[in-house]
Amino acid sequence: MKNISISKRNTWQERLNRFTRHGDIPWSLLIGAMAILTLVVVIAIAWMLWTQSADARAKIGWDFFRPTLDATWNPAKDIYQAWPFIYGTLITSLVAIVLAVPISLGIAVFLAELCPERLRLPLNWMIEMLAAIPSVVYGLWGIFVFLPAVVTPVGEFLSHLSVLPGFTGTLFTGPISEDGTSRLAAGLILTIMVIPTITAISRDVLLAIPNSQREAAMGLGSTRWEMIWQVLLPYGLSGILGAVILGLGRALGETMAVTMVMGNANEATGSLLKAGYTMASLLALQFKEAVTPLHTEAMIELGFTLFAITLILNLFARFLVWQVARRTPQEARA
Amino acid sequence: MTRFQQLIAVNEARRSRRRRVVNAAMLSLTGLLTLMALVPLFWIIGYVIYRGAPVLNVNFFTQLARPVGMHGGGVLFAIEGTVVLAVLACLFAIPPGVLAAFYAARNPNTPLGIALRFSTDVLAGVPSIVMGLFIYGLVVVPMKHFSGFAGGLALSILMLPTIIRTTEEMLKLVPHTLREGSLGLGAPEWKTNLSVAFPAAFDGIITGFLLAIARATGETAPLLFTALGNERFDIGAIIQGGIQAHQSLFSIIGRIVNQPIDSLPLTLWTYAMQPYQERIDQSWGVALVLMILVLLIEIAARLWIEARKRALQG
Repeated sequence: MKNISISKRNTWQERLNRFTRHGDIPWSLLIGAMAILTLVVVIAIAWMLWTQSADARAKIGWDFFRPTLDATWNPAKDIYQAWPFIYGTLITSLVAIVLAVPISLGIAVFLAELCPERLRLPLNWMIEMLAAIPSVVYGLWGIFVFLPAVVTPVGEFLSHLSVLPGFTGTLFTGPISEDGTSRLAAGLILTIMVIPTITAISRDVLLAIPNSQREAAMGLGSTRWEMIWQVLLPYGLSGILGAVILGLGRALGETMAVTMVMGNANEATGSLLKAGYTMASLLALQFKEAVTPLHTEAMIELGFTLFAITLILNLFARFLVWQVARRTPQEARA
Repeated sequence: MTRFQQLIAVNEARRSRRRRVVNAAMLSLTGLLTLMALVPLFWIIGYVIYRGAPVLNVNFFTQLARPVGMHGGGVLFAIEGTVVLAVLACLFAIPPGVLAAFYAARNPNTPLGIALRFSTDVLAGVPSIVMGLFIYGLVVVPMKHFSGFAGGLALSILMLPTIIRTTEEMLKLVPHTLREGSLGLGAPEWKTNLSVAFPAAFDGIITGFLLAIARATGETAPLLFTALGNERFDIGAIIQGGIQAHQSLFSIIGRIVNQPIDSLPLTLWTYAMQPYQERIDQSWGVALVLMILVLLIEIAARLWIEARKRALQG
């Protein structure tokens, strides 16, 4: 047998190899550094927005957030109160969520439980294509097609509702502007845009529910709908809630489509049928043309607010999803 | 049968009929809602084709913008800009994203791994306009001018979470036996990762890249105050001028990325906001090109996934 000799070479290459464990130490340092880089990006975003708006926070203080629709945003006089924009963001997202949740849940139920196998893939794709269409295209279509065809008639109808007793609230004070640009328009466009998000996640939640639940419900003699309504939906509730919150996050941050259909005027009214701004649309329109340094800083503070809201929502959604994962038995996770 | 029993039977029949009716009604409602959600999809696609198709011609793809008021002209500048921005974004996002995904796949439960997963989630949820603000403060203010570089960086942050997530998922799907085989043959871990796990997961990872690129290509908000927009952007002229002046490749690339740049969605936004009919007509053309581009990438990625699934199953 040939002599297998393991020479104890001690060239610098060998020593380097031993020292770096054949390159594994630099490799783990490299991938660790990239992981840290991702973390640093998140922290840097928060830090950048926080420090760049320091002056605004010092000079304006809590007046910035005072919840009054009769607020002033006047770069010429350097007075900044952000409530109308915060209100605009919240109310449009709320409209979107209220309308999108039942629709998305219906679609998710259909796709997960009822859809014939042959239709499932194309339908899934089509719903997800809704999310792929760029938001400027939504905006363009919104201005020239959606506003005159849908928003204006709906707005007209809603403005007549305020005649009815019980509808005396300010939410539907009309009339809606001629071209239809309004908070309602933004809310409706957002509805279409968040449907795919909520649908996709709640469909996955439904699909993850173990079959034993379905069989038990059917075995007890419930109809299919009773099984869905009384068993599946409660079972997946926290996951679905997580989906809703992620959809809400998407609605809050959506910029272009909303900017294009919202009219961008600042009236001291909370009505859905009037034009307004959202935080994101104000940034999109005014940031480049900021008049004074304080104007820029006030808008960065607005950006920070938006960031903080989405961060908190994400934390909450994560928490809910984590709860589901903890509760779901092994069988379901396979 | 007593009278009482008859009553119960009648009642029972009524209730079960009601339950069946509710069942049928609600189940068909879900189908109806699905159809309803498809209406905007086809409405948008159809209308964009209807308005956009007449605008498209050769000039649209090969010429720069004409001044307002003149007919014709094209959006070559925006197409070039989109490509430049996408390439830059990929350069900035893919290497760190893939490496971070290797970390996430190997150490899911270390503190840094958990922090990484959390920050990817947060990044995925950050509104894109906030990323524009961030890059504005980070790059545009110190450099004192808008640039394609800043735009690419903003888009890369947008792509990062998608890339990390899909790459991580795909790496986790690589069978353990493959890794163990490689490690058992004496390959160090980095070599196992790069030449065994990565190629095995490559198909899936590519689809992740494609989806990220599709998403970034359609974005406008982060470019508003980073790339700014530039109707006179002309790569051909820059390269020709550079060659004539005997500039190095490096400085030519520097000149390309160092000036404000346009992209299709940005052009669409600028044109749609202008009160000139020919600009609005062109914005429909841009919308059509953009939509086809994004949907094609998206569909290609999905077909790829499906094909791979089939291959794995069969």
